[in-house]
This record gives sequence, structure tokens and C-alpha cells, in this order.
Amino acid sequence: MGYPHHPHPRETTVLSKHFGEADARTLGGWKKRGGYKALEKALGMQPADIVNVVKESGLRGRGGAGFPTGMKWSFMKAGDGKPHYLCCNADESEPGTFKDRELMRWTPHALVEGCAIGAYAIGAETAYVYIRGEFTEPLHWMEQAVKEAYAAGILGKNAMGSGKRIDVHVHKGAGAYICGEETALMESLEGRRGNPRIKPPFPAVSGVFGMPTTINNVETLIAAAPILLNGADWYKKMSLSNPKSTGTKLFSVCGNVQRPGTYEVVMGFPFKEFLYDLCGGPLHGRKFKAVIPGGASVPIQTVEEAEATLMDYEGFVAGGSMLGSGGVIVIDDAQPMVTVIARIARFFAHESCGQCTQCREGTAWTTKILERIRDGEGTVEDLDTLLDIGEQMTGKTICVLSDSCAVPVISGIKKFRGEFEALIQGRRFHPVTAAVA
Amino acid sequence: MTPDLVGGLESPDYASHDGAGHGPYTPVFTGDVKRELDKLLTHYPTKMAALLPALWIVQRERAWVSEEGMAEVAGLLDLTPAYVKGVVTFYTMYHQHPVGKYFIQVCTTSPCGICGAEDVVKAFVRHTNTGELGLTSPDGRFTVIEVECLGACGFATPVMVNEEFIESMTPDKVPELLARLP
Repeated sequence: MGYPHHPHPRETTVLSKHFGEADARTLGGWKKRGGYKALEKALGMQPADIVNVVKESGLRGRGGAGFPTGMKWSFMKAGDGKPHYLCCNADESEPGTFKDRELMRWTPHALVEGCAIGAYAIGAETAYVYIRGEFTEPLHWMEQAVKEAYAAGILGKNAMGSGKRIDVHVHKGAGAYICGEETALMESLEGRRGNPRIKPPFPAVSGVFGMPTTINNVETLIAAAPILLNGADWYKKMSLSNPKSTGTKLFSVCGNVQRPGTYEVVMGFPFKEFLYDLCGGPLHGRKFKAVIPGGASVPIQTVEEAEATLMDYEGFVAGGSMLGSGGVIVIDDAQPMVTVIARIARFFAHESCGQCTQCREGTAWTTKILERIRDGEGTVEDLDTLLDIGEQMTGKTICVLSDSCAVPVISGIKKFRGEFEALIQGRRFHPVTAAVA
Repeated sequence: MTPDLVGGLESPDYASHDGAGHGPYTPVFTGDVKRELDKLLTHYPTKMAALLPALWIVQRERAWVSEEGMAEVAGLLDLTPAYVKGVVTFYTMYHQHPVGKYFIQVCTTSPCGICGAEDVVKAFVRHTNTGELGLTSPDGRFTVIEVECLGACGFATPVMVNEEFIESMTPDKVPELLARLP
């Protein structure tokens, strides 16, 4: 639901149904709400059958890349004699994204259950939940839930009396955006600096501790439970547009909007209705200017592009951007775009791990140039330089942090060039005059 | 990392603080704390994997991670002190020098930036008397820094005071918050 607001009638609440209910955080409260029935069912199934149900459901990764979850799970070869691992990526750090935070702090047992189901499906006995260090509240509730689950025999050497061993451990990060990149997360989990690894080998072949590993986002793992309980067809039917994007998706909304919060809608929901109705539209007297719909690293949409978009993996691409993490950043006409984009670039410069030259140098110089344009000291050559740097930063590095910095810069210059040029020509940004609420 | 860009966040040389005035270093991992580490080690197939959790324990017990603390962890996990320092310096949350009693982190990344986070930062610096980001107030109570995305963008501006996470901070609420800190 649109936490912290009342649920909107146009939402479809599957994963967010119990946000705001303190009682849902406890084992007793979670069981009262049907918790752990899906795990019980899963433990009575063959792992391959679980993978097939998830495959058929069309569930795709909710962390950003949108890779089909069932297919990812099927890469884990059964009976290879090696220990398998499940990593849950709870390092949610993409600016604009805070849906996993709500999932973990309101429904921690849903994630414990999702991890246990995922681990069993891929033949793993151990699942690690890697939570960013700043998430003190989600960390507290997740640790509490894991403790309760062990005490109740849900986890451990005989999980729910199945004879199967399933361990779930919470691992606290220490402040590094890059550890949300799957291979950097594994490096960090091993006790190293969070430098992403070159792929291949892919995690399913050689992941954490050099063993076959699957890494899934919090929301993805939590979605597995209702899919197992209600069936693949039930999930597939929750789609308004195309069969490639199924189920519900959490969108966290922030920025210059009436009702920021976390909303759950069916894939394919009209973005215009979402922004103006569910989220309440712009602040008093303001107009939306731009939207970054999937976290800071996806292309910026003009408001016209956003209004014509359907909210699913393909819809956002058709609308000139990407679904990404579902972190919707709304920007109104009071905001100078150059300032917004310069701050995004600064974020990536701060978070670059420094391994690849294109990224280490590119993010830093992009920031310096953008900040001098912002401060009225830019030159006419700067825009071409930025686009040139952006091109050098795209598709040339170990991971996509470099691309993530280039994308908003390139799309920003393309779509809001007038604002850049005005600053370079010595005209300061004047927001459209509006009534102040 | 690009220290030149992170104006104010990088600290001056605090190496001289290391152990100074605190007497000889006493080990962190004894008694219950050692048992806590031993239990953690059972979660992982390698000793090295317990490094981040072990460093968190050091910081919890001593409020920061000194060179001696790093060396102690290195010894327990069969690592070199230099390796441990390499890891400590990669992450932003381990304090490599003493900080104020209340370590205040204000999110200023774009989503909070467009909702007025800069004014929240200024209010904290002014009311804590720290003078500058990254420095500690003369009474040793406060250190204020800007932090990159705290992941609570819908509740701009989120602030962390030590382990406490505070949502929807505004400049006018700053004095009230500071006043309630013991």
C-alpha cells in the first residue's frame, strides 16, 4: 500500500498488504496472516518443480536488471557436489529507492520465508541477507525475525521438520553503494573491498566463496511465496499490458510530489494516473518537469514521456527510460535540472570503487564540469565534452556504475539542453513563478 | 574514491589521536565479545568473511576503529593489518578516528537535495557548533557529515544520529532534536 498513506483503491496489494501493521513483524502475527504456509508447501515439492512454477509465473528480478527469476534459479546445477549459496541483495542504495526498506521493516518474516524457499529451490543450505549498514531499523527487524524462525524450528538443520538444512544469516554492510552490484556484494561478503568482479564466470558457476551462487533482490524473493501458494497463472494474470511483465511491482516515490511513499501496482499501470492520482500530483502551484522512474541511474524522462508511459519493463523502455529498481524521483519546475544532474553525478563519483579508469576519472570529471556549469562558469565546449566523456564511460568497464553516471547526464543534456545553455550563456535559472502554498 | 570531490568529508590527519590519552590498548575480543565472534565464524566457510562483522564489533565497543583494533582483528582472522586497513578504508561507515558522541549523517543526495536537504545540513552545522562538515564540536558532542543516499527518499530529509534513523527532518526541527539528546 501507499505507505505511509492509506492504501489507494487502484493499488493491488500483495507484498505491501501489511505495511504499517506492527504485529505483522512478529512470528505469531506473521503466521496469523498466512505466513510460512508457502515454505511448508515448498518443502513438500521437488526443487525443480518450484523453479518451474516461478519460471511459468514470469517473475523477473525486482532489483533493476529484470532477469527472469526462474531461469536464474535453473542455472544452479543440482547434484554437482558443491555447496550452493543464496545471497539476498538488501543493499538498497539506488537514490530514489526505498521499497526493500519497507518490506524488511514491516514484513521481515516474508523475507526469511522467501530466502528459505529460494535456498531450497536452488539446492542451497545457506542464505545470506546482505543489508546496507545504514538500515538500522530493517537490520533490527530482520535479525529478530531470523532469531524467531530458528527458535521455532523454521530454520536450522531440520527446517519445518523437512529434514532439510536451511540457514539464513543477516550480514551488515558498511557503507558502499557499489556493494549492491552482485559481484561486489559477494566480494564484500567474503570480507574484501567491494570491487566488482569480471564476468564470466557468472555467479551460478563461481559466486560467493567460489561456489555456485544465486543472488536475488528482496522483493523478488518475497514474491516467490504468494506465487507458490496461488499458482503461476494467478501471478501471470496480474498484468495490464504485456505477457513479458507480470505480477505486481512496488514503486517508491520521492521528490516534488504530494504523497511520497511506496505503492504497489499491477505491471502495465498507466504512469500518468499513478503520478497524478495515487501520488497526488505536483505540489501546490507547481508542475512536474521531469521524472527519473527507476532510480538515479536510468535515463531521465520529460514529463510528456512519463505521462505516456505504461509501468512495466517494456513500457518504461518505450517511454525513453527503464523500470530499474522502481525508485521514482519526481522533479518539478522549481528545480534547475543542471543542479539535479550535477548532484547525481557527484553521487556516482563518491561511490565509484576506482578500479576502472573510465569510471574513476569519468565520474569525477563529469561532476567537476557539471558543477562549474551549475555555478555559471561553464563554456560552450563543456556540453560536447560531457557527451564525449559519457560515451567513453558507457559499456567499457567491469560493472555498470560508470554507465549509470553517464546515462542521466547524456539523457539530461539531450532533453533539457536549453537549461544547460542558458547557464553557460550567463543566464541564471529562474523557476517559473508560482503561488507558494 | 575521489577525495578531492568530497570536500569536507575527508578528515585531516587524525593519526596522532591513535591511542593517545587512552592508555595502552586493551583487546576488544575477550569474554562474551570473543564468544560473539566465535559464533559469527560458524556462519561462514572462511574466517575472512567475518571481517566486516568483526570490525562492526570493534566500533560498537570502542566508538571507532583504531590501528590497534585493526591489528587485533587481523590476528584473530589470520589476515595482515595492512589488508584489514585496506578493507576499513573502502567503506564509509567505519570511523578511522574518534568522532563526536553523536555522529550525525544528513542525506543530501538528489531526491533529498530537491526537497531542501542543504538547509537541513546548514541547520545542523549551525546548531551543533561544529563549524564545518566532518569536524567535531569543541565540547566533543557532535560531528556532522553529509551522507550519500540513506534509502529513505520518500521521507526527506532522513538523518542518522549514531544508530538512530530519523525521517522527515526539517531545519526548524533541528534544535528540538539536539535538545533531546542526553
